[in-house]
Amino acid sequence: MTREAFERDLRRLADDVVQMGRRAGEAIHRAVEALQKRDVALAGQIIAEDDAIDAAHLELEQRCLRLLATQQPMAGDLRAIASVFAITIDLERMADHAEGISRAVKRLGSAPLVKPLVDIPHMEARIQEMLRETLEALRTHDAKRAARAAKMDDVVDELRNRVLHDLLDIMIKDPQTVPRALELLIVARHLERAADHLTNVDERIVYMVTGEMRELNV
Amino acid sequence: MVQVMEVPRVDRQAAALIDHTTGIQADQVHAWFDRLHALRGISMSIAERKITAIIGPSGCGKSTFLRCLNRMHELVPGARVSGKVVMDGQDIYTPGVDPVQVRRRVGMVFQKPNPFPTMSIYENVAAGLTLAGEGDRRRRDEVVEQSLRAAALWDEVKDRLHKPGTSLSGGQQQRLCIARALAVSPEVLLMDEPASALDPASTLRIEELARELAKDITIVIVTHNMQQAARVSDFTGFFLDGQLIEFGATNDIFTRPQDRRTEDYITGRFG
Repeated sequence: MTREAFERDLRRLADDVVQMGRRAGEAIHRAVEALQKRDVALAGQIIAEDDAIDAAHLELEQRCLRLLATQQPMAGDLRAIASVFAITIDLERMADHAEGISRAVKRLGSAPLVKPLVDIPHMEARIQEMLRETLEALRTHDAKRAARAAKMDDVVDELRNRVLHDLLDIMIKDPQTVPRALELLIVARHLERAADHLTNVDERIVYMVTGEMRELNV
Repeated sequence: MVQVMEVPRVDRQAAALIDHTTGIQADQVHAWFDRLHALRGISMSIAERKITAIIGPSGCGKSTFLRCLNRMHELVPGARVSGKVVMDGQDIYTPGVDPVQVRRRVGMVFQKPNPFPTMSIYENVAAGLTLAGEGDRRRRDEVVEQSLRAAALWDEVKDRLHKPGTSLSGGQQQRLCIARALAVSPEVLLMDEPASALDPASTLRIEELARELAKDITIVIVTHNMQQAARVSDFTGFFLDGQLIEFGATNDIFTRPQDRRTEDYITGRFG
């Protein structure tokens, strides 16, 4: 083995990006929890903590650039570093959606919700499942698992459409509900986008493992 | 349904070359140094007016293969070649083919710049013409200028053509050797580690020059520098233990090689 330090850096990079993914998932989870519990203080905390995830993203990006510049990686190493570089961007965006949900929670304050929360927690649960599978695929270099994880995006989209239709009905029946209904619609939209970012991550994993660059779930 | 396709195990050599004319076809080339079997059946299509890089660890046979392409391998005492190397429909190893003629058609540039030490810049470039009996002074002047221009050296030396070739810097000397090779209008230029003795700026000039020359001639370059192979070539072949392990479009070889040994070599895990 001639490149021990490089191999160690690559492993740490992979570990740290998985760790960043867990933090982004945690932020999404807590944001939906803040909505369910109507916990404005928790929402504020999530917004404040997003800076740390942004910093983690920048730090990972810099490490990728340093490895590209100093190690001049090729083949599988090059794909791994290029993929991590792209994946951290999607994970950072995913965490931004947690921040967006938290802002909606703050705007809603203690105003009563226009409908019980059913589909939104379901969306969140599907995203967590998708994230778990995605991070496991990333950790174990499993392209098939990443492709299966990307497939879960369809369920999230379906749930989002259901939320949209329900909220439209409510808004048509009682225009008074529009401002509050829109906030829930925004939350659903953030969750749907978070799942889209995970699909991008899955595409990068497939590329990292196989060298094939293509869209999953089009 | 989403499916992950396996990277297709097609013959990339055939696929990569499908749109290109073959400049040189090596067919089952074996080479020996006495009893050492240095090349073990290399078959490879080299595309015309493209740059083909040959990479591999020291002792893998890449320079030997290069020397088989212009019949220089047989100059080593005890060396032997079998197989075919076909250019323009003719096997250069057919009995009766003049190796000197082959070497005029297939020029070579070496690792260390080797201008003829007692000759001026002008004489170095004109050397091949003089040997070939080109007596017309005006014609020689023309070819010398053309060759130095083609080697991107003319502007730097036009006012001192009669200074010794060895008075130039290393990078300039290498371009002088390229000009010397170009003077006899070769169809193919073999470059054996042409930049390994040069600094980064001179290296990049040689690479740019190779790209420029490839508009007119076929280039085969042996290099230890992965980035150089990746930057400069259209096709790359990976040699190991006298065998061609993998051959394909350079972009594929350096981003998604198919053979584990290629991957291990280009990522620096051995060699």
